[in-house]
Amino acid sequence: MTELKKAKTSSPLKKEEKIIEMVGVSKTFDDTAAVDNIDLYVRKGEFITFLGPSGCGKTTTLRMIAGFDIPSAGKILLNGKDITDLPPNKRPINTVFQRYALFPHYNIYDNVAFGLKLKKVPVTYVNDKGETYTKLQKLTSKEIDEKVKNALAVVDLEGFEKRSVSTLSGGQQQRVAIARAIVNEPEILLLDEPLGALDLKMRKEMQIELKEMHKKLGITFIYVTHDQEEALTMSDTIVVMKDGQIQQIGTPASIYNEPANAFVANFIGDSNLFNGTMVGEKLVRFCNRNFTCLDDFEKNEKVDVVVRPEDIRMTSPEQGMLRGKVISVVFKGVHYEITVLVGKTEVVIQNTESRSVGEEIGLDILPDGIHIMKKEFTVNKYDGYITKKNTVVFGDGEFECDVTQLYPGSRLDEDGYLITAEGEQLDLTDTDVAVEVGLTDIEISDNEDEGGARGHIVSIIYKGDHYQVIVRTEENEEDYVLDTEYLWNENDFVSVKIAPEKIRMTLKQESAQK
Amino acid sequence: MMKLHFSRKQLCIPYALFLLLFVVVPMLMILFYAFTGEKADGSLSFTFANFAEFFTSKAKLSTLLMSFTIAIISTAICLVIAYPLAYVLARSRWKKKYVLLMIFIMPMWINFVLRITALRELLDLIGLLGTENYLNTIIGMVYDFLPFMILPLYTTLEKLDTSYLEAAADLGGNKFTVFTRVTFPLSMPGVISGITMVFMPSMTNYVVSDTLSNFNITILGKLIDEYFTTYDNWHMGSMISIILLVIIFLTLLATGGFKEDKNNARGANLW
Repeated sequence: MTELKKAKTSSPLKKEEKIIEMVGVSKTFDDTAAVDNIDLYVRKGEFITFLGPSGCGKTTTLRMIAGFDIPSAGKILLNGKDITDLPPNKRPINTVFQRYALFPHYNIYDNVAFGLKLKKVPVTYVNDKGETYTKLQKLTSKEIDEKVKNALAVVDLEGFEKRSVSTLSGGQQQRVAIARAIVNEPEILLLDEPLGALDLKMRKEMQIELKEMHKKLGITFIYVTHDQEEALTMSDTIVVMKDGQIQQIGTPASIYNEPANAFVANFIGDSNLFNGTMVGEKLVRFCNRNFTCLDDFEKNEKVDVVVRPEDIRMTSPEQGMLRGKVISVVFKGVHYEITVLVGKTEVVIQNTESRSVGEEIGLDILPDGIHIMKKEFTVNKYDGYITKKNTVVFGDGEFECDVTQLYPGSRLDEDGYLITAEGEQLDLTDTDVAVEVGLTDIEISDNEDEGGARGHIVSIIYKGDHYQVIVRTEENEEDYVLDTEYLWNENDFVSVKIAPEKIRMTLKQESAQK
Repeated sequence: MMKLHFSRKQLCIPYALFLLLFVVVPMLMILFYAFTGEKADGSLSFTFANFAEFFTSKAKLSTLLMSFTIAIISTAICLVIAYPLAYVLARSRWKKKYVLLMIFIMPMWINFVLRITALRELLDLIGLLGTENYLNTIIGMVYDFLPFMILPLYTTLEKLDTSYLEAAADLGGNKFTVFTRVTFPLSMPGVISGITMVFMPSMTNYVVSDTLSNFNITILGKLIDEYFTTYDNWHMGSMISIILLVIIFLTLLATGGFKEDKNNARGANLW
């Protein structure tokens, strides 16, 4: 990460260049943390975007800057001054709302003039004795007229003053909302998914216009979106958020090219994500092949490997490092999106050349196309399915398990059907599940038949008070990572035992819906 | 087997019959009686005399004025009590607020005569009955029609999009200006609906005034009743009914109650 802008890390920027600074800010609603201890700052004049899926805390962060929500913990500084508890009307910040929030009982002029009519500005007078004094005074209606006219000109809506809100299209309402905010000459303009309700073409146009407006006005824009493309085109800086926490802060290019973790890689742009293991110096193994890469990690470390679809080259089957069968080809306007099945893994490629479905091709990835990220490895994750006998198959093995955990309050009847809490009878055979097993929940045994899966020990790392062992199966090279007190030997052939209650399963369809 | 086919229009026939029998025909009859008079020989003739008499009779005009005053005061008191309550309830995130709302609405479900008799007993107990006729009548009207004010106000305020209020605060409005410039104007449909729901019955519900003022206060509704029953003069009774109808119509027109509501306050109009 070249440009991590966390406030905690020492930064070469001068203090006065930071317009907004959030220090250890958290916000909890009914015991759930919407924003969890974030540190960040916004530079004066920049276009910064909070990007993330819904529920990631981006809107809450924006609302705390606007003053609609007060942080549960932490401080917000504006130009170095603490504004944490300041109400929204006392902040030199204006907001463009997601659904515009134009006042339906006012016409366009009155909507735009709303803030100006409430504003008081210091006016300097000279009294009889020649002394000057200042008085807070409302703007004259002439001044207001002038400003409203200018603001409507900026958003290309001259002559709309007398129109009522309901006669305007979504795009026009959007422009009025922007005019209503910028007419107050705020130091910061907050935009909460402002283009979400517009159609694609309108959205693209508005993206360009907003960017130009930002240049022209020279004020700080803080933008919230879940659309990664929007964030990449418009922003100077992107803050990627997930589960109330900041995942990465950086320029669009640095976030795209050097994602900090698998989440960022997946969220920003299309990418292929592989489970990999470091097998040597700058050598990573995934898809059953070793690849040279540019990142260096400890040997045998589990890593996430990101390969952008445009970084995969197609070759003849004999020449490629990987070999696979084309399973789908979609024309995307400029390029083709080609999905290739390599072993059991789907690999997505973008190329201006097409291939035909069913064709056998080779794939090549150059070292600079391979991005390796440290895997935060705390749990073994597998894709599995339930068998007829209510056991679960994953990681090249079959294990006894407790299927009632899939449906809270359920039980099994004598015939092995699951009875849900509502009394519904379910046959779980072939249900796809996501399986998680903790590192300390796996035991290994010399007795090949004792466990549910078998493999060779490929790595033993001493971790101070225990060993971290990796068992790899032969068939699909599935790995079991476990912590054990006992010393084993590399290359031992062992079986893997997991207690039924330690196998945590969740339904696949359900997680897809989330 | 014979198949029954109903077009949608045909489904309206029962209601159309009802409308004809109980609305259109009675209305025509009232119109007929209002503009006719009995000659000395007992025959009926067309006349504006009833109309002229109403607006020249001091007694009748003072009854009209009395009804107006009682209705306006009752409506105003209802609004002053109901608005803050509806506002607080609608804006509160308190999960049990529906219980509180229910308590305010519940009197509507208790028999009207029973409620008024109980109130009469209560006023008697504290010594107001027989002495404070105006006050008692107004207390009765407010007590009786308050729920009709709370409900539309609550519905409107509850549906009010908080982003309007946030936008107003964002643009520099303090709590007071946010209320006067955004909350209150946007709750107007509820206010108008509440006013019409309280004002009109307050003009005519003479059970309240009779019971609580010991028949000392005569409102327009009472006057109509007297002409039909006591004086047996259907012509004047009908004329006063029509005048009342016109007054109500004009009030509605003036408050914009007929306007199609385009904003978010749909459902606020109980009419």
